[in-house]
Amino acid sequence: MRVVVDLNRCQGYAQCCYAAPDHFELRGHEILFYDPAPPEAKRSQIERAQQACPVRAIAVEPADLAAGDEP
Amino acid sequence: MTEVQRPGIVVVGASLAGLRGAEALRDRGYDGPLTLVGDEPHRPYDRPPLSKHVLAGELPADATALPQLTRLRAQWRLGRPAAALDRERRVLHLADGATLPYEKLLIATGARARTWPGDGADLAGIFTIRTRDDARDLRAALAKTPGRVLVIGAGLIGCEAASCCRDLGLAVTLVDPNPTPLARLLGTAIGATLAERMRGAGVDFRPKTMVRALSGEAGQVRRAHFAGGEVLETDLVIVALGATRDTGWLAAAGLAADAGGLTCDGACRAISIAGEPDSDIYAAGDVARWPNPLYGDRPMTVEHWGNAVDQARHAAANMMAAPSAQQPYRHLPAFWSSQFGLNIKLAGHTAGADALALVQGSRASHRFLAVYGKAGRSIAAVSFDEARWLPAYAEAVAAGARFPPFPDAIDQPRVERLEPGFPAARPPAHRAAPALEASHV
Repeated sequence: MRVVVDLNRCQGYAQCCYAAPDHFELRGHEILFYDPAPPEAKRSQIERAQQACPVRAIAVEPADLAAGDEP
Repeated sequence: MTEVQRPGIVVVGASLAGLRGAEALRDRGYDGPLTLVGDEPHRPYDRPPLSKHVLAGELPADATALPQLTRLRAQWRLGRPAAALDRERRVLHLADGATLPYEKLLIATGARARTWPGDGADLAGIFTIRTRDDARDLRAALAKTPGRVLVIGAGLIGCEAASCCRDLGLAVTLVDPNPTPLARLLGTAIGATLAERMRGAGVDFRPKTMVRALSGEAGQVRRAHFAGGEVLETDLVIVALGATRDTGWLAAAGLAADAGGLTCDGACRAISIAGEPDSDIYAAGDVARWPNPLYGDRPMTVEHWGNAVDQARHAAANMMAAPSAQQPYRHLPAFWSSQFGLNIKLAGHTAGADALALVQGSRASHRFLAVYGKAGRSIAAVSFDEARWLPAYAEAVAAGARFPPFPDAIDQPRVERLEPGFPAARPPAHRAAPALEASHV
């Protein structure tokens, strides 16, 4: 699945890191390192991370959205 | 492939701005044919991780495909650069000879990395960082443990690349003509903190230094010759000299385009060489030069992630609106950069700053928020590892607040005032009219 975080918005609250610790990681004081291509099997965890973000910085591609839209 | 009844909308450029613009057209109810043209063979991908986690080897170069947020029902023409635009016949020519008719066009072709302009440009071991393939090739070369990496240019990309090299344990020299890194972006007062930080991390930072030529043996780069006469042994060179806007394909289109951008009106409509907006051609992202009402309508290009998203969505909304309902695009530039363990964020545009106030934290701790002033107004704010302070200051900057905006909101006895220390402006070599530029240089 495809994920992107708007790092202009991100404030380093780290809620995503609690929701999906294998795919979001805070480094130093406030650098977010995240996995832009987590496995589909982790979707519920990734969507929890998205919902937990207090500044709504995480965008996740809905399942099957791009089906038939592939280049 | 289905037969199309009418040409519909063509989006030229299939990166962040092109994707978000195409999505916004669908979100706003556009139901006709939609075509995305991209010069790279890849579907839209995110560039910021390329100069960070991809170089560091933490992410493969092909891992950063952007999420698609709306069903596009688009025809994709990837790996086929636009070659020419014929506005009279309303046809876009692609490099492979194909022609695409259009009713409306959204131009989001972005920019290209400036390549090494001096001697030795054809040697192996010289890299730029702009595309996914650039990052893949550079990552592979870094993984072979070069003896010393030379990074030319201490803008955002150059500094991030130097940071990755140190994380990988590689010896790295970073050269820049200015006294500090990020001098044009943040001024030398703030840049000095970053210089201290990167030297602490082991970077051999050489300020006020220009590279005159690169030379090599058996086709491989081996040495850099500095303008001062010094010779540096290096076997991997990263050229981080910024980007030129991708407007070459517009050369005969009769639009006001040059290497500095495609000139637009306030509604993001492309301006013809006669000075009139073309009501069917819009532009967004790195390539678009438009009068930003937040900065007195001075023509401005903003080469940052947030502008690609916002301007593409704005242009798409105007494409769907009546000619009488075109809305001007107001944008507060912003960027982030992670390097040397620091999160650096800017909101606003520092050009012309005549004052700097440190309002939170301290430069000594490498954690602070500072505000830039110009003629008594706050024009930008920068944070080093203090991002949570930034939104309030960004709001004040967007509102044109006095400088500094909140005289009482400080965590120290008084606001520390500094000279921002911006280098003298460069001559506008690649454009006729001076324009503001918010870029990674």
